Amino acid sequence: MAKILDQARYKCALAAMQTVQSIPGAIPVLHSGPGCASKLNDNNGTSGRFSPNIYPCTSISEKEVVFGGADKLRSTINNALKIIDADLFVVLSGCTGEIIGDDIQEVAEEFQDEEKPVIWAKTPGFKGNNYIGHDWILKSIFEQYVRKYKGEAPKEKGLVNLFAGVPQQDPYWLGNLRELERLLQSIGLKTNTIFGFGRGLENLQKIPTAEYTILVSPWAGLESAKYLEKEFNIPLLHYPTLPIGAAETTKFLRTVAEFTGADKKLTESVIQQNEAQFFYYLERYADTILESRIVSKRFTVVSEAQYVIAVTKFLVNDMGLFPQKLFVTDDTPEAFREDVTKETNTLNYDIKTKVEFTTDGFDLQNQIRKMDFGGSPLIIGSNWEKKLAHELKGHFVNISYPMIEKIVINSHVAGYSGGLYLLEDIYSAALSMLKI
Amino acid sequence: MPFNFKNANVGVRENRLGSITGFSGDLETLAHRSQCGSVKNRERCFSQSSSCLSGCALDQLISIRNVAVVYHAPAGCVALAQGEDVKFRQLAERINEKTNSVYVCTDLNENDTVFGAIEALRKATKYTYEKFHPEAIFLSSSCVSGVIGEDVDGLADELADEYDIPIIPIHCEGFKSRIWASGFDIADHAVLQGIVKPPEKKNNKIIFKNFFESARPKITELFKEIGAEPQFVYCNSTVEELSHLSEAQAMVCICGTLGTYLGNALEETYGVPYVRTINPNGITGFETWFRAIGKTIGKEAEVERYIEKQRAIYLPQIEEIKRELKGLRAVIGMGPGYTYEVSRVLQELGMEVVHGLAWHYDYKYDNGQIPPALEHLLKTSPKGLKLTVADQQNYEVMSVLNNHKPDIYFSRHPGSTVWAIKQGYAALFVADEYMIFGYEGTLNFAKSILDTIKNRSFEKSLAARIKLPYTKWWYEQETDKFLKPEGAR
Repeated sequence: MAKILDQARYKCALAAMQTVQSIPGAIPVLHSGPGCASKLNDNNGTSGRFSPNIYPCTSISEKEVVFGGADKLRSTINNALKIIDADLFVVLSGCTGEIIGDDIQEVAEEFQDEEKPVIWAKTPGFKGNNYIGHDWILKSIFEQYVRKYKGEAPKEKGLVNLFAGVPQQDPYWLGNLRELERLLQSIGLKTNTIFGFGRGLENLQKIPTAEYTILVSPWAGLESAKYLEKEFNIPLLHYPTLPIGAAETTKFLRTVAEFTGADKKLTESVIQQNEAQFFYYLERYADTILESRIVSKRFTVVSEAQYVIAVTKFLVNDMGLFPQKLFVTDDTPEAFREDVTKETNTLNYDIKTKVEFTTDGFDLQNQIRKMDFGGSPLIIGSNWEKKLAHELKGHFVNISYPMIEKIVINSHVAGYSGGLYLLEDIYSAALSMLKI
Repeated sequence: MPFNFKNANVGVRENRLGSITGFSGDLETLAHRSQCGSVKNRERCFSQSSSCLSGCALDQLISIRNVAVVYHAPAGCVALAQGEDVKFRQLAERINEKTNSVYVCTDLNENDTVFGAIEALRKATKYTYEKFHPEAIFLSSSCVSGVIGEDVDGLADELADEYDIPIIPIHCEGFKSRIWASGFDIADHAVLQGIVKPPEKKNNKIIFKNFFESARPKITELFKEIGAEPQFVYCNSTVEELSHLSEAQAMVCICGTLGTYLGNALEETYGVPYVRTINPNGITGFETWFRAIGKTIGKEAEVERYIEKQRAIYLPQIEEIKRELKGLRAVIGMGPGYTYEVSRVLQELGMEVVHGLAWHYDYKYDNGQIPPALEHLLKTSPKGLKLTVADQQNYEVMSVLNNHKPDIYFSRHPGSTVWAIKQGYAALFVADEYMIFGYEGTLNFAKSILDTIKNRSFEKSLAARIKLPYTKWWYEQETDKFLKPEGAR
């Protein structure tokens, strides 16, 4: 049954076109209305080599609604192959094409002998949101493109496929991915990622040669990662917590080392060094943190499951703060909700908090209004929470989508250094308000 | 054309005005042939993603303070909500007001496409009414609710009896039109259908239709000179203010494409004179426009006094900067209203417009007449101005730029400026509708052009390091390669 979506914090499955866009050389080909892509392109950082202005699109009109759009899709793909200088064409369907019954698979498969690969994924907006669409698209790419390279090359010792936050939906997707890569490399592993600068189809081709896959995400991307495990026999470490700060990053490195058999001695020395550095900074800034009089000890997070878990653990386990009720706004599928709640509540001193899964922005903000923060609230969330924090004279950090009044170019919140960056944001927000 | 506000149906521009999105040739040919009624659209067998009319319609309506849009759509359609929430909050703050306008979405899922979800829309409307206390609610359909045949009009009728505020259905199926400006007409129609009341007494207001009213203080001052008060629509207006639109003494609009439906409908239905001239961009534009307003409300002498004063201040400065602009070659890619307007201003500044791209072409407005900016340009422009009509087809824009290698490209749509600089051309984003307004705006615009052309560092550095999205093959083709013959489907 349709629900009430007030203050949307996710988009539809077709918005996962941004997952394709984040693989250099790959371009979405849309069987959708003319304006779907431009509407879904509402975040910053999208004017790369292929922006929605470049995406070939059938621009479905009334004619296609009545007579079907397969011919239009055929001519669009056919000409896209001539005009667009891309390496991989991923045909995606929007709502209208699916409802009128156009078979994008059949049309896309007519192009399988072309020099450039043409693959497809069904992503109608009414079937799910972009967290789920992201997974469908990755699975399609693995099934239709990566599978061709299965067994082509031998396994590479110590090579790990790494996936984390959903590209573009998570404003820190690329910074975090690179930081996680650096962490894995620091304990002697080799990493294979498919998104962002310097990556591309060769990384897709390398996927089958990896020894392991690591997915750092509470639930998004799990289906495709499991597909790699099943189809390519690549053991999967599903790590639900994005590590932020010392405690969690250390735990993450130990778990990875255990799973992959990375050098334990090296891992421990990396941990020791990083923790020492992390606390070198914290020591220097501890007075600022301890003595900023208007930051209370309590906070809430309104975000996707990834940041509800990650931020809560960091602020509780590293920084000694207390969570109020938390709100997960990514429409986490029922099957994962218990895990997300449990994972969020793995906190020091047996600290527990409530976790609500909701898409009703009005209601959750009303709940926050009534919360007892014991002073100025600290709200970590989306752009929607800015107004609320202002009203409550609280401190606000925008960490997740939508992010309208802030840009993130390549910074990160993951890892030891990411914890420090998040503290910069939190205490900059606090210091910009009345100090005494 | 008779306007019918009894139901929510308003024809898209293709059907209502015979507008087109595919043409390649020159300005005279297009205008001449359309006057004879012989021009037919050229469809494309390849297109790139462009825009959707729902954005234009909903952006207009949600900019009214304290209203709600209940969007009967999947989650992606409402992705414009957060940006607009921030934008209109900031714009309201600028005039020391607050807006509580909201979007609520029914987040349609697969079951809904099979079983229908009109009850979900009813529930979401109730929720919206009770939680946000809006002064009007627009119930918007989408591609999905349109294709599965949800009776949004019927529900709106029912709910209108239940609630004490206007409940207005709007039809925003994105597949209806390639011309997103059709969305402006949908918004106007909704306001006329559900909010505007017949006049009780006339007032001294001049309706000023615009987008984001950055020149609001300036225009308020300007209108004081002629004893009139502007009523800006729709941004920052209220339902109460809009209900009195029929009582205004005149209406003007900053953009012909934006104003045609409301202007002509108010004039024809309620006798509010719609001042149709070229727009107040550049010197000729401003003077023609302001004189026509003065004439309409009987304040010619005041207008002349103002013009004389301003000319003395600005014309010498503009003349000076024109010397540096002379002979610069420009390509323009904008909606049709602004393509003609900016072409005229650039020519006025002594520049050469080598090619204009218009995202669609209206050969007439809702009064059945040719758009004034087009008519004016036909008279003043050097002959043979090349014109491409393309619904933001970026590959055609890039081909045009590659063919002409201009000194500068002028854009007006988000996401379109960067492509010119990737090809190494200087580009200026004419985003604000008041960027070239009046004497001061014209002077500042001229300065911005010079600044853009004189420091080429950004585009040179970027263009040297990136890979273009198109094949070499494409750059060797004619720009209209993928346009089918006229009338072919």
